[in-house]
Amino acid sequence: MAEIIQDIQEQEYLINMGPQHPSTHGVLRLVLSLRGETVLSVQPHCGYIHRGIEKMCERLTYQQIIHLTDRLDYLSAHINNHAVCMLVENALGVELPERVKYIRTIMDELARIASHQLWWCSFGMDLGALTAFFYGLRDREPILDIFEESTGGRLIQSYYTPGGLMKDIHPGFQKRVKDFIKMFRKKINEYDQLLSGNVIMTQRTQGIGILTEEEAISFGVTGPSGRGSGFECDIRKHHPYSLYNKVEFKEILRTEGDSFARYSVRMDEMRESLNIIEQLIDNIPAGDFSVKMKPVIKLPEGEYYQRVEAARGEFGVFISSKGEKYPYRVKLRSPNFSNLSALHSIAHGQKIADLVAIGASLDYVIPDIDR
Amino acid sequence: MRGLINYFSGMFNGIISLVKGMGVTGKYFFTSPVTIVTQQYPENRKTLEMFDAFKGEVTMPHNENNEHKCTACNICQINCPNGSIEVVSKDVVNEEGKKKKELDKHHYNIGMCSFCGLCIKTCPSNALAWGQEFEHAMFTRNKFVKTLNNEGSKLIQKKGVE
Amino acid sequence: MEFNIYDFTSFTKWIDESLNAAMSPFWVMITEMAIIGVAILAFYALVGLFLVYAERKVCAFMQNRVGPNRVGPFGIFQTIADLLKLLMKELVYIKNADKLLFNIAPFIVITASFLAIAAIPFAKGLHAIDFNIGIFYVVAVSSLGVIGILLAGWSSNSKYSLIGAMRSGAQIVSYELSVGLSLITMVILSGSMQLSTIVEAQANGWFIFTGHIPAIIAFVIYMIAATAETNRGPFDLAEAESELTAGFHTEYSGIRFAFFFLAEYMNMFIVASIAATIFWGGWMPFHVPGWEGFNTVMDYIPPFIWYIGKTAVIIFIMMLFKWTFPRLRIDQLLTLEWKYLLPINLFNVVLMAFIVLMGWHW
Repeated sequence: MAEIIQDIQEQEYLINMGPQHPSTHGVLRLVLSLRGETVLSVQPHCGYIHRGIEKMCERLTYQQIIHLTDRLDYLSAHINNHAVCMLVENALGVELPERVKYIRTIMDELARIASHQLWWCSFGMDLGALTAFFYGLRDREPILDIFEESTGGRLIQSYYTPGGLMKDIHPGFQKRVKDFIKMFRKKINEYDQLLSGNVIMTQRTQGIGILTEEEAISFGVTGPSGRGSGFECDIRKHHPYSLYNKVEFKEILRTEGDSFARYSVRMDEMRESLNIIEQLIDNIPAGDFSVKMKPVIKLPEGEYYQRVEAARGEFGVFISSKGEKYPYRVKLRSPNFSNLSALHSIAHGQKIADLVAIGASLDYVIPDIDR
Repeated sequence: MRGLINYFSGMFNGIISLVKGMGVTGKYFFTSPVTIVTQQYPENRKTLEMFDAFKGEVTMPHNENNEHKCTACNICQINCPNGSIEVVSKDVVNEEGKKKKELDKHHYNIGMCSFCGLCIKTCPSNALAWGQEFEHAMFTRNKFVKTLNNEGSKLIQKKGVE
Repeated sequence: MEFNIYDFTSFTKWIDESLNAAMSPFWVMITEMAIIGVAILAFYALVGLFLVYAERKVCAFMQNRVGPNRVGPFGIFQTIADLLKLLMKELVYIKNADKLLFNIAPFIVITASFLAIAAIPFAKGLHAIDFNIGIFYVVAVSSLGVIGILLAGWSSNSKYSLIGAMRSGAQIVSYELSVGLSLITMVILSGSMQLSTIVEAQANGWFIFTGHIPAIIAFVIYMIAATAETNRGPFDLAEAESELTAGFHTEYSGIRFAFFFLAEYMNMFIVASIAATIFWGGWMPFHVPGWEGFNTVMDYIPPFIWYIGKTAVIIFIMMLFKWTFPRLRIDQLLTLEWKYLLPINLFNVVLMAFIVLMGWHW
């Protein structure tokens, strides 16, 4: 009998969380080994939505790559496209009109807010507060309307193109954005009342899932998740691109490294993004919305890298060119893949419910992990 | 003693935070008919208006004489990243005895389209435009392949300045 | 026979007497049991379906949505359509599942909630059994449901189900204490466990007003513990959708799943009606001692309406809980019970006993 008990105590309880599971936000499969409710190890298994985008890019022209980078992290589609466009522009030495930079920066920040809103929804839902889900989606709708009015797409916009934008913004763009900022400043306080201050929520996140700064750096956890651990990694601040050296904004940092720190970094980032948009929205200069580019873009032979701050962390594009109209090799550094790699070291020793909360606070988008 | 104070203050702060949260949901419940944001989709189909820029499908606008602007130059087909456009052209001999390429059929497979808009942007004669239609569901795949030019349509003959 | 909407005693008595005149006492008993059974069954189905609809509408309004609005006006037939769908669905058999327990489990859950209805006084003279240990009976019977949940989780041969069932076991065993103790507080105040007596005792003011602070504390604790007992709201760990997909009923399909679903709503109705009966006076109209005119106006509203109204308000509060709060973690759930609710509850019982001894209650 004692042997059997010993045996049972040493046994691990293996569970497949996913590929179909409500809280993995897609087709991520986590193999958990449990002891009771405690998670002993988490092994992510990727590849369920692998589309080979990097390989596909090798047979696409630089304009055509844009519509694929949309589909990596679909919540920061604008920002991903920005990276590819900037890479091509920098490689060719194209000087962009100010108007393009303004519009791109505003669109990037809107995309960041929209992405964080959706993260907030799913965070609430993962913790069991279903109403949060609908409030977040409700407030995301005006941003999608802004996108749709100017770019024609709600989720996948394909709005940027090497050398500028696909088309000019809608005349009502500024008014809509200002209305949104006014509306959202009120609503974000409601978010705090509903979830941030809630005692159950703070109990479930404070001190749970701690990622130290060293770990964050060694795993390459960037973006809000990394900044929650005190890792200063905001590309916008440290390697400014577009107009980020002209606007004033703070790099949000928390040093606790727990789920709540990651949560509050994102909440503050939404406010900070609103500030950035407010500084820019009234000053969009008149001018062209794109530079005349050659119909077939050929990058000079060489290797290029461009990184941007996507909603979930550092997004990088590496292109090796042989001087042809197609890139020779493409490598995409997606933030979610690195963030996911830290999951085991954050979550082991915690409860299953904490694992769900940690996953929500890391905010992974599966198509970005698998590419 | 301090532990006891913490115990009770923690409890009361917790209860207050819970009541605050209930205030938010309660507020929306009691103001519900005003704050509902849901669109009643099939019912509002008649009044539903998409934005001008909305990317519903690629269309080829025709004028009242059933004429389009497509010169069958193939640029949209080359620029499409998914190969969803196929331009079929035919050679026509005009009255002056010259051979001229003319559009026969402009096939557009919406099932493969990823709505990047490169065909429309790169079209040198602005023959393509975004349509507002968004109800694309079909029962068979071959219905996704649409022919964009109308039956018997012709190229617009430019008048005046040649 | 005089049918009186304010007092069903004569009506039920008339049924009893006319049956007695027609047949032998044994058959009278059988017939009455059948009548009550059918009545409760109909009531059960009706309330269950209505509550599912109500919850969907309430949560929709909280979330700025419309809710069901396709089947019938305002979607009122939506739940009936859902029920028909569930009835027609295939009952999936799980490989290596314990067939007997797997099939029995939903019935245990539903029977437990069924039993509890019997003791609830819906209006004056309108209850199936009037025990002298009414509260005790209800508490005892309503905790039977956990057996069904445990069996369901155990017999499904599924890991998620098992975790859900074990959570549910720990949860209900703990929260049973709080429910019991908060009810005991009120029993001290009323001096009786008979539900009809408790309701009659609140003629001059509901217990939540006459019982001073301890009654209010007991009510709050009861609401928390009752929500936990019904596996709802922030305490739905047993089915924790985002963690365990559906917890203990992951493997159930069709009408068996519907049984669990219905039982959840009926349990909610039962705990709400007990709260209404014990704290808010059940079917007793709202009376303020001394205000004769006001009291007579209140008396015009039929008791059944009072009862349903109070229950509805409490159910609404429980729905507000569910649709506002995030879910607790299992250890926090137990911390809440053993470190907060239980000590406060014990202290509260003593306080109530002291108040009753001193005669400070009205």
